[in-house]
Amino acid sequence: MERLAADERGPWRLALSRFLRNRVALAFLALFFLIVVFVLAAPLWADHVAHTGPNATHTLEKLQVGDETREVVTPAGLPIGPQWFEAGGKFFLGADSRLGRDEMVRLMYGGRTSLFIGIVSGLITTLLAIVLGLLAGYYRGWVDAVIARVLDVIWSLPVLLFGIALGISLAVGGLKIGPLEISGGSIWIPIFVICVFTVPYMARPLRGEVLALREKEFVEAAVAQGAGPLRIMFAEILPNLASTIIVFFALNIANNMLFEAALSFLGAGVQPPNSSWGTMITVGEQLLNTQPLLAIIPGTMILLTVLSLNIVGDGLRDALDPRSKVRLEAHAGMVEPKGTTV
Amino acid sequence: MARFIVRRLVGMVIVLFAVSVIVFLVFNVVPNSNPAQRLAGKNGTPQLVKSIEEEWGFDDSLPTQYVTMMKKVFTGELTSYSPTLPVDEQIAERVPATLSLSIGAAIIWLFFGLLLGYLSALKPGGWLDRVLTGVSIAGISIPAFLLAPVLIYFLTYKLEIFPSGGYVPLTEEPWEWFTHLILPWFTIAVLSIGFYSRVLRSNMLDVMNEDYVRTARAKGLSERLVMRRHVLRNSLIPIVTLFGLDFGATIAGTAIITEVLFNVNGVGSYAAEAISKYELPPIMGVTLYGAFFVVFVNALVDIAYAYLDPRVRLGASAR
Repeated sequence: MERLAADERGPWRLALSRFLRNRVALAFLALFFLIVVFVLAAPLWADHVAHTGPNATHTLEKLQVGDETREVVTPAGLPIGPQWFEAGGKFFLGADSRLGRDEMVRLMYGGRTSLFIGIVSGLITTLLAIVLGLLAGYYRGWVDAVIARVLDVIWSLPVLLFGIALGISLAVGGLKIGPLEISGGSIWIPIFVICVFTVPYMARPLRGEVLALREKEFVEAAVAQGAGPLRIMFAEILPNLASTIIVFFALNIANNMLFEAALSFLGAGVQPPNSSWGTMITVGEQLLNTQPLLAIIPGTMILLTVLSLNIVGDGLRDALDPRSKVRLEAHAGMVEPKGTTV
Repeated sequence: MARFIVRRLVGMVIVLFAVSVIVFLVFNVVPNSNPAQRLAGKNGTPQLVKSIEEEWGFDDSLPTQYVTMMKKVFTGELTSYSPTLPVDEQIAERVPATLSLSIGAAIIWLFFGLLLGYLSALKPGGWLDRVLTGVSIAGISIPAFLLAPVLIYFLTYKLEIFPSGGYVPLTEEPWEWFTHLILPWFTIAVLSIGFYSRVLRSNMLDVMNEDYVRTARAKGLSERLVMRRHVLRNSLIPIVTLFGLDFGATIAGTAIITEVLFNVNGVGSYAAEAISKYELPPIMGVTLYGAFFVVFVNALVDIAYAYLDPRVRLGASAR
């Protein structure tokens, strides 16, 4: 009897209850929210604890810790190490370089940039992939041929190399498409680059699903009722793609954040004075011998964010489609190579 | 087989053309400021911009511009501007370092990935199996730019086991070459070891259910022989494709970041250096050569795949 009662719930309620039973995924979802709260709290920390901005330099300043005065940057150019709460929260993680910027404040603001780029490019990629997948899968014929061919070519490119090429080309000159004008230093440049090169990873599988769904009876029924192409695509087919889209969205954000970090690390992503976790590693790596945390902490933040998104994405897949896990295992030999290889 | 190779090579040429057009679009057509200004970099003088404008013919039609660009890249006329050096020579000089790095890493990840995959398939659900599941999830998430600083800090600076960074040519001092590359190799390989062991494991579990494996057991072959001759060999075929794609992606991806992190003076470091100076010609050269290399490797892999698995080439020629 109890089983029957459970089955009467809708598929979304069922999926939700399955997800809520997945302790590991829940824990990592909580971790992800913690990270989001952490970066959102950046202005609070900057104004009330550190009393400085992310790009403010403190090269020649001294720090009063109890009775002791400490130099933020030594004459040799070495930044101060983590102070934790000794200086009232100032330079909690020390200073970032010979410029003497507050590492903790930069970590929080840099995280905002990284997460913003990851989530916004994830949203744009998802929307683009849905539209391209629906158009190609619904109209088939030459529309499909063109879209599929273009996606195939982009998919076969070495992503990082072309990301660098486009990123640096745009960073030098900016981007002008009609009335839309983006300057070279804007964070919309890396967002644009990431979207261009990650769309195929989502659009290709969606197109495949649409091609299969299009043959189903419910589409035939909709056609018989006189539904137009837009209604069939968005009201009939799209809801059936929801679970795939949700899973891909979470994994896509993780992938995009790694992509952004790699581009920024190499200097072809977020441009100074903006910072992201990727650019912070570039700066911190110079002082690896004396201040290892400067490179390791932003790297760890990237790892935690990406790991939590990957695990939540996997949990969502298990919850939304319990059979998919079995399917994946069975076809693992056919698994496509890892998205961005970073 | 010959027909398959010809078809595949024709496909390769088409993709090469598409790739070169994309490079052309990225560097010469992208709608923004004057392309000559962009090529000259952020610090380009007006004279330099003017000479680039004439050299590259940015007033010509797009097809003519495309031909000019390709001619420049492949006749060695492409030069960086600060200092003025031919790009192709600079790349050629650094290829051995990049190849040492990528090939070494590939050998390590193949060896450990396949060994561990084989062992975990023998006992699915055992402890090794579970550890490897964790490793492969972590491997997909750990970025090289976290792993490398951790390894360098602890193993090079604290314990002083490995030399710090740099690249020593194999022909000069083989032992130094080896010790300098161990950490970079493992940084690249760790990510793939977990992944490859998972793929091999599930391939093997699939193959174990095949009829010919039952037949092999039924005719009394020892378990070891069944596993090595029949199960393992057939499970390795899909790995070939995967490996080809990953190897290309490593050279044109992870290797760039790893070279920068470990100060290996390879093609990736060259590109990174150009990025930091906002110099486009070297990046144009690296992108084009790198993409061509990847496309070429992929074609080779497909041919190898067809050679190993007759179903592929028969399917292709029957079409």
